[in-house]
Amino acid sequence: MKHLLILGAGTSGTMMANHLRREISPEEWAITIVDKEETHYYQPGFLFVPFDIYKPKQVKKSIDKFIPKGVQLVREKIDRIDKDQNLVRLQNGREIAYDILIIATGTDIAPQEIEGMEGDHWHKDVFDFYTYTGSKNLRNKLKDWEGGKLVVHICEMPIKCPVAPLEFAFLADSFFIHKGMRDKVDITFVTPLDGAFTKPTASKELAYLLDEKNIHLVPNFNIERVDGEGKKIHDYGGKEVEYDLLVTVPTNMGDPMIERSGFGDDLNFVPTNKATLQTQVKENIFAIGDATNIPASKAGSVAHFEAEILTENILRYIRGEELKAHFDGHANCFIETGHGKALLIDFNYTHEPVTGSFPLPGVGPLRLLKETHMNHLGKLAFRWIYWNMLIKGKHIPLVSSEMSTAGKNYEEEAETSPTS
Amino acid sequence: MIEKTYAGICVSCNEEGYLTDLSQWNRQIGTEIAKEEGIEMSDRHWEVVNYIQDQFKKEVPLTIRKIGKSGVVDIKEFYALFPEGPLKKASRISGIPKPVGCI
Ligand SMILES: Cc1cc2nc3c(=O)[nH]c(=O)nc-3n(C[C@H](O)[C@H](O)[C@H](O)COP(=O)(O)OP(=O)(O)OC[C@H]3O[C@@H](n4cnc5c(N)ncnc54)[C@H](O)[C@@H]3O)c2cc1C
Repeated sequence: MKHLLILGAGTSGTMMANHLRREISPEEWAITIVDKEETHYYQPGFLFVPFDIYKPKQVKKSIDKFIPKGVQLVREKIDRIDKDQNLVRLQNGREIAYDILIIATGTDIAPQEIEGMEGDHWHKDVFDFYTYTGSKNLRNKLKDWEGGKLVVHICEMPIKCPVAPLEFAFLADSFFIHKGMRDKVDITFVTPLDGAFTKPTASKELAYLLDEKNIHLVPNFNIERVDGEGKKIHDYGGKEVEYDLLVTVPTNMGDPMIERSGFGDDLNFVPTNKATLQTQVKENIFAIGDATNIPASKAGSVAHFEAEILTENILRYIRGEELKAHFDGHANCFIETGHGKALLIDFNYTHEPVTGSFPLPGVGPLRLLKETHMNHLGKLAFRWIYWNMLIKGKHIPLVSSEMSTAGKNYEEEAETSPTS
Repeated sequence: MIEKTYAGICVSCNEEGYLTDLSQWNRQIGTEIAKEEGIEMSDRHWEVVNYIQDQFKKEVPLTIRKIGKSGVVDIKEFYALFPEGPLKKASRISGIPKPVGCI
C-alpha cells in the first residue's frame, strides 16, 4: 500500500483530498490529511464579519465535515518535513511516512514582523481582519466606535486576497453612511504600492472609486514601525500617518513548519514550479494554494483552479508520465464596493483584468471591472458555492481552470509582469 | 507601448516609462533613466540593480523587505540611494516592471 499525505485541511488540502479520493484506487493508495484546527473557516467571510453582514457562526464549520470517506484526518500540529527520509514529524512525536506529499498549509498573518505592532493596543485600536478572532474583535469595536481617523493599511506584499483591504475601505464607507456617522469618520487607505490600482486598465476604469467615496490615499508607504502610544505608523522614508483606529493587514507568511523543514523563501513560501505545481524541493513533493511562492494571487478561486491541474499532475506522476505544465495563474475574484455593488475581475499570469462579460462571452450575466448589483449577488453566492461545491472538489459549470479570453476587451498585447 | 531613445538606443516602454523588455537594457540606458529620476549612479547603486535584475529573472516578486534582507543593502541605505519610492525608482532604472498588485 502506498501513501499520499496532505498537509493542511484548509481550502486547498480539502479540495485535493476530495479530488484524489475519487481518482486513485483505495486498494493501492491510502490518503491521510493533517491539520491542527478543528474548524474550517470560510476566510472570505472575515471581510463581512466586522460590518455585521455575516455572523461569526456563518463563517465556520467543523473541519471533518468536508473530508471524504476513505481519507484519514489527523488532528495534530505538523512539526516538520524530513524530505530526505520521506516522512513528516508531528508535534506529538508521531512520524508519518509518505510516497507523495502535498503541502497545503496556507499563509497566516505575522504581526510580530513589524516593530510595535503587537502590544497593549493590539485588538484595542490596532486590528487585523484576516483571522477569525481579528474580524470578530473588530466587529465589537465598530459597534460602538464614535468615529475619528480610520486607517486601512497593507504592510507588505504579497498578501492573500490582495483586494480585501480595499474592499474593507469601501465597505467601511458604506457602513458609516448607513449608521449616519460618515461625517465623523475620516478614511485613509495606506499601501506600499504606488496606488490603490496598479494595472493600466483597472487604474483607468476604477480611479473614480476613491474620490467618489471620499477615501484618502497614501501610496508608496513601507511601514517601519507602529507607535501604539502616539497612534501613528511610520515608514522607512520618514512619512507618518496618524490613526484613531488602525485596520492593518500584517505581513503574510507561510507556516514556520516550512522554515523548520529547511526550505521556503524569506517569507516561508515553498519554491514551486508555477505551471506544474511540483515543488523545487523534491520531485515527490507538490504544493498548492497560499503556501507556494508562485506569482499568482493567493485566493480560494486560484486554489480551485490549481486543484484541477494538480490532480491531473499527481495522476501523471503516479503513472510515471511527464507532468503537464499548464497552470496559467487564473484568478477570478469579486470585489465588494459597498452599497450592494461589486466588481468582478478575471485574469492570469499574462493577462491583466479588463472589462467584458462573464462567464458567457457577450452575455454575462456578470460584468467584468464594472460595479453592478449582480456582481454583489455573485460574491454572496460564493459562500454557498464554497461550502457546497468548491471545497468538495466539484467542477464549477462554465468556469474552466484555464482562463478564457472570450468576451473580454483587451486593448494591447498582454503584459507579463508578475502579480502578488 | 511607447518607443523612447536612451543612450542612442530605441527601447520600448510602457506609459509610465518602464522598459517592457529587459533584454533591451544596458548600463548606459540605466544611467540615463536614473538621471531622469534625479539619481547619479554609483557602484552601490549598480550592486542593487544587479540584485534586482537577478531576482526578476528568477521570477521572485520584489519587496522592500526582500531587498533589506538581501545582504546587498539595508532598507535605510536603499532609501538613501533611491529616495522616496525606492522600489519603483530602482525597478525603473533596472529595466523591469514596477511592482504591482492584481488590479
Ligand atoms: C479576509 C479574507 C478575504 C478573502 N476573500 C477571498 C475571496 O473573496 N475570494 C477568494 O477566492 N479568496 C479569498 N480569500 C483567500 C482564501 O481564503 C485563501 O486563499 C484560501 O483559503 C487558501 O487556501 P489554502 O488551503 O492554501 O490555505 P488555508 O485555507 O489557509 O489552509 C491552511 C491550513 O493549514 C493548516 N496548517 C498550517 N500550518 C499547520 C501546521 N504546522 N500544522 C497543522 N496544520 C497546519 C491550517 O490550520 C489551515 O487549516 C480571502 C482571505 C481572507 C483572509
